[in-house]
Order: sequence, then structure tokens, then C-alpha cells
Amino acid sequence: MLYNEAGQFSTRYAQDRRVFRLRQDRHALLALLLFAFVAVPYLGNDYWFSAILIPFLVLSLAGLGLNLLTGYAGQLSLGSAAFMAVGAFATYNFELRVPGLPLLLSLALGGVCAALTALLFGLPSLRIKGFYLLVSTLAAQFFVQWALTKFSWFSNDSASGVISAPPLQLMGVDFSSPAGRYLFTLGVVVVLFWLGKNLVRSELGRNWMAVRDMDTAAAVIGIPLLKTKLLAFAISGFFLGIAGALWAFTYLGTVEPHGFDLNRSFQVLFIIIIGGLGSLLGNFLGAAFIVLFPILLSNLAGLLPAGLIDAGQVENLQKMVFGALIILFLIKEPEGLARLWQRFRERARRWPLRY
Amino acid sequence: MSTRHSAVPAPLLALDNISLSFKGVTAVAGISFSVAPGEICALIGPNGAGKSSLLNVINGVYQAQEGRIHFAGQVQRRMRPHDAAQRGIARTFQNIALFKGMTVLDNVLTGRNLKRRSSWLEQALRVGRVAAEDDLQREAAERVIAFLQIQPWRDAIVGTLPYGLQKRVELARALAAEPTLLLLDEPMAGMNAEEKAQMSRFIVDINREFGTTVVLIEHDIGVVMGISHHVVVLDYGRKIGDGPPDQVRQNPDVIAAYLGTRH
Repeated sequence: MLYNEAGQFSTRYAQDRRVFRLRQDRHALLALLLFAFVAVPYLGNDYWFSAILIPFLVLSLAGLGLNLLTGYAGQLSLGSAAFMAVGAFATYNFELRVPGLPLLLSLALGGVCAALTALLFGLPSLRIKGFYLLVSTLAAQFFVQWALTKFSWFSNDSASGVISAPPLQLMGVDFSSPAGRYLFTLGVVVVLFWLGKNLVRSELGRNWMAVRDMDTAAAVIGIPLLKTKLLAFAISGFFLGIAGALWAFTYLGTVEPHGFDLNRSFQVLFIIIIGGLGSLLGNFLGAAFIVLFPILLSNLAGLLPAGLIDAGQVENLQKMVFGALIILFLIKEPEGLARLWQRFRERARRWPLRY
Repeated sequence: MSTRHSAVPAPLLALDNISLSFKGVTAVAGISFSVAPGEICALIGPNGAGKSSLLNVINGVYQAQEGRIHFAGQVQRRMRPHDAAQRGIARTFQNIALFKGMTVLDNVLTGRNLKRRSSWLEQALRVGRVAAEDDLQREAAERVIAFLQIQPWRDAIVGTLPYGLQKRVELARALAAEPTLLLLDEPMAGMNAEEKAQMSRFIVDINREFGTTVVLIEHDIGVVMGISHHVVVLDYGRKIGDGPPDQVRQNPDVIAAYLGTRH
């Protein structure tokens, strides 16, 4: 009776439309948010904030960005890190060159720049699909990295293209401590996930899924394919751009174009594959997996008797185990961690009955 | 149907000398026929006669090389799928073309996407008219769901439903757009007698209750003769018969096409 929904009827469409129709779910979400905003800043230590929670949140957001494009609109992309880079460098430049611009505004403007870049590289999607599209988004990946390195204006003529975070201040409050950076990231991520949830439940979200599932039928019922696909690229770019800026400023502090290489794109892709395509929760689960698993593996390696394997081997072993796990995962649960959670929830609703 | 017989109304849809070929292979050759408002018109003919191609020309999936399409008082050289949808043409496909990963309700709501007035940004921020509009969309979708009796499967993922139900959901999605012209490509293909009877009843009900003009392709001659007001017969991309069911049934060319003749 953990999950009793007896007596919870929707009497209006608005009630039925709620993201969390069940009271238990709403209370759980509220509790989780309270915990994350109030309790965690007191309970956590600097290591947890800087090495685990902030990258987890930022990667969840990046996952959301790619998931909107790939999981919902069905357009494959390997340009995620490029759009993150555009977001980071654009935000940096807005902060640098427009004195007095509020931080949140430059974040949003950075997102808009990334959105425009994604829109541009999304144009081929009108003609090509699937793996061919993947290759054309790969062009974005290489082009952006090249442009940011080649033109030193983007990094304010710094020697190696490295940019450092502007002061993290919001209405006079300083957010540059680890706990502050965590809270800042959490706030941005929560707002953007709210926006993302609204989007996927809106007409545009349904149009994305329609294009993903059957694009001829989508065109026949009047969905404008061009607009729908390009909006998917642009909105995905916006989310990724903000994720990139957060990655640079709240997680790393300093970043160079090389920090947003193809590996990062793959990382974001793995997050949504492991977490679950077309699921918002999946982004969190996938990001948690990607962030926590290497840490877990290296801790396990630390338990081994000293001298048995050296550090270099541990790192290689980590990669191998990680790769094997991803393959195993795709075979066992192609729909990702989110699907596991969904099944668990179904069972909890029936518990203690079997069916 | 009395209005249809009292005077000759202007046709809702008229195809004028439509020809369509694919790289030299002629699919449709100079076909003309018209469909009066409020009637059920059946397109019949052997496999490969060009029936589906003709439906595809009507709603713009294919563009005819020759001919004109008159629809609701406008003449066009060619249709575009988006224009066709906007002007009130909805359709179903021979091989179900539903959005398989979405629920029945979402599929039906997607059918109403052109009825939306608020922008995606308003919907993302959930401001202003969005909530009220959501309610209206949902009410309209629920009317269609109730009409086609698919309430029990409202929240089911379409891909998991049996074939006959998927056919009905596809009809629901088309109907949700409140079309003036409904194109049905073999709505009863692969169904058993009971399901066919049910689907026929739905089509007749849609036609009577909403006054929707229907053009359908069907192979079951019993169904065709039973529900349609007007039958057009195609063979090898040409029209060989056109008229009320009883008249078409007597047409020697039609009999020849269906049963074969001695040459």
C-alpha cells in the first residue's frame, strides 16, 4: 500500500494533465526539492559539491538538451559538445564585453547563441536522416572547436584559448563557494527542466514525437516538418548551450575549447542512451550513472591490495568495464534506466498484489 | 441525403484529367471524377489500379504531372500535404501510419494540431490562454474517442494495441481534425467480418452525423456496395466506371476488369 492511488480521481482535465497526477508523487517531488535546496547545502562537503553534484546536475541538463532533439524529435546528433562550447564562450564574452549585464541574462544569451548555431547545423536535417545526419552534426563538432581555437577573439586573446569564469554574482549575492555554485546550478537546472517538461507535453512536444515516429503522417496531418525539426535543433541547442556555460563556470572554473571535444558529445549521448531516450527522468539517471560509476570503480580498485595493479591499468580497466556495462545495458534494457524505474513504480502501485 | 438528389450541388472535390507517372511508369492516366459534398465515394479496382496514388495526389503526398484539383471552390495544379490539411482534408493510410510511441490520446490530440492558436513559447511557459486551450483540445479529442469507442485504451501506447484497434485510432486521429473531406485508404484491410461491420458503421455514422464527405478505397465489394453513394472504378490507371453502386455493378467493363474476359 506504499503507492495507494485509491480515491484520487481527476474530475477536471486540468487535474488529469498534471505532471504528477498522484498525491504521493507530488509530495515526493516537493520533499526532494526541499532536500536538494535546503538540506544538501548543509549536509554536503566541498568534495561532493565540486566533484559529484555539480557535474551530475550539469550533465543532466546537457542530457535533457540532447534528449529533446534525439529522444523526442528523433534527430540524431553528435554535436552536443559543440553547442555546449558555443554556450560557454558566448556567455563568457557577454559577461566580458557588456559590463553590468546580469549573469542570468548572459547565460540566457549564451543559450540563444548556441541555439542559433544548432539551428544552422540542423538545416541538413530537412534533407537527410539517421546516420547521415549524424555525420553532418559531426561537422559542427569539428568546426566549432576549430573556430574557437583559431580566432583568439573568442577567448579574449588568452594564450591557450583558456577562459575563466566570471564572478558568480546574482543581485549582489556571491555564489562562488562550492555550496553556492551548487545552489546556482541547481536553480538553473530545475527551472530548465520545468521548461523542458512543459515543452514535451505541449503541442510542439507531440509534433516532435510525431515527426520521430512517422514523418509522412506528420506532414499529412498538417505538422510543418521544417519548423518542427529546426525548433528541435534550436531548443536543444539552447539547453546544451546553458549546460556548457554551467560546465565552464560552475564546475570547472576555467575551460578551453578542447574541453568540449567529441568525447564530451559521446558522453552526453551515452547519458541519454543509458538513462532512456524520450524520458526526462532518464537524463538524471544517465548522468548519475556516468558521474558516479567511474568514482565507484576507482574506489573499488582502491580496495585491492596495493601494488597488484598500477594506476594506469586501473584507468584502462575502468574504461573496459564501463564499455562492457554499456553494451550489457543496451542488450538487457534498451529503453534505459528510466524504464526500470517505470517498472518498479508499476509494481509498487500493485504491491502487495502480484497483478 | 435528400439534398444530394434534389439539386446538383457544386462538387466538393473534382479531379480534372489527373496523370501521374513515376519515371515513365504510368500510375494514373488522365482521370477525372467529382465527389459531391456529403457523399461517400468508393474507389475500387484491382491491385495496382492507381487508387492509392490518386489519394496521394488529392492530399499532396504525390504531385501529379498533369491535371487540376478542384477543392472547395478553388482550383489548383498541385496540393501540398500541409495545405491539404489546412483546407480540411484528413486521411488514413493503407499500412497504419500512427505515431507508435505515443498514447492513443496524444495521437488524437496531434490530429488537432492545426486547431492550436497559442505559440510554442506560450505553451513552454504555460502563460495566458494555454490552459483553457488545453481543455478545449482535450474535450474535442474526448468526443472523438467516445464516438469511436476507444475510451478504454485512451492512455495505452499505440504500438502495443492490436491491429483492428490501431485502424480505429488512426481514424480517430483523422477525425479529430474535423475534416470536410476524409480520405480512407483501405480502412478495413485485414479485418474479420465483425470488425468490418463495425468499421463500416463508424464510417456511415461519421458521414451522417458530421456531414463529412468520404472518399475510400476498399476491396470488399459487399462493403462498398453497402455503404457508398458513388463508386469510381479504376483499372490500370484508367477510369472504367463511375456512378451509383447499382449502375456500376452492371457495367460490362467493370465486370471484365474484376472477373476477366475472353480475348
